Amino acid sequence: MNTGFRFRRDAGMRARAIALMIMGLGMLLSGNGVAEYGDVVLNKRAEREGMAPVVFPHWFHRIRFRCKVCHSELAFEMRAGANQVTMAEIVQGKFCGACHNGTIAWSTENCKLCHSGAPNLPSRIHGSHETLGPGRW
Amino acid sequence: MNTTGWAGRIWRVALFTVSMLVLTAASGGDTRKWKSIAEDGLHDGDNPAATALQSPGEALKMLPPDGAGNQVNWVKALRDGYVKPRTTLNETTPVQTLDADILMKRTVEMPYVRFPHLAHTEWLECSNCHEKIFKSKAGATPVNMFQILQGEYCGRCHGAVAFPLTECNRCHSVPHKAAKEKP
Repeated sequence: MNTGFRFRRDAGMRARAIALMIMGLGMLLSGNGVAEYGDVVLNKRAEREGMAPVVFPHWFHRIRFRCKVCHSELAFEMRAGANQVTMAEIVQGKFCGACHNGTIAWSTENCKLCHSGAPNLPSRIHGSHETLGPGRW
Repeated sequence: MNTTGWAGRIWRVALFTVSMLVLTAASGGDTRKWKSIAEDGLHDGDNPAATALQSPGEALKMLPPDGAGNQVNWVKALRDGYVKPRTTLNETTPVQTLDADILMKRTVEMPYVRFPHLAHTEWLECSNCHEKIFKSKAGATPVNMFQILQGEYCGRCHGAVAFPLTECNRCHSVPHKAAKEKP
């Protein structure tokens, strides 16, 4: 009796182990970075000036705009942190403000939709692979 | 006793396999998963953005799959019309693409790199790379893998927002022999 019981239990445990392995593999495939690939945190000024850090979802924007729109027309450099972006300029229609003006995208009155980061986030590209890469400023 | 044990074991394995197949079929064979905004480690869970903003999975699951980065084949997504991103904000901004492949041969024992201008210029403007990051003259820029891994040259985007640097063969795609055979 005991042997039979143990056999069934082993099979069950093996099935669970296989399930765990598949889940683990799935987690690996979904990327080990926590943030979504290419998420950019802007926090050079935000927290110093009493606002939450800005989380910029690069993936969301590239669905709607080609790189050239922001990186050429709006003069965002090809390196996170290379631009000095101030809220005053955004309100005047520069950088994010070229679209976030209530016409193309929500206006700057919706502070918290951009200033949505957790406290003390470092400014850089998050969610990317662990090279020394473009995350550095 | 043993027979019952084995039968039970086979039955369980079969049941497990069938249920996994059903699960896979139900998801259309797409096993990609993305973290939600609330659990991405960046957003403040108490912030209205955590529930108001579009979740990556909601948008990206509609796009052609890829094994790395956002798990989206962005070039295919654009070419096959899955996404229709705006090209300009200002109507007078000139738009140009270039269909020219550059073969980069200083790759030591790795296959040569084929750089497709077309796939890049469908997204990017010439001035995004030229002349600041790459000189327009082929071969004039001292590109090397150490610098790329530190976020220079190709590494400005690849490893950050474009497919990551772990995808060696996508760039190092031309065997030395094949390049020799071509006139």
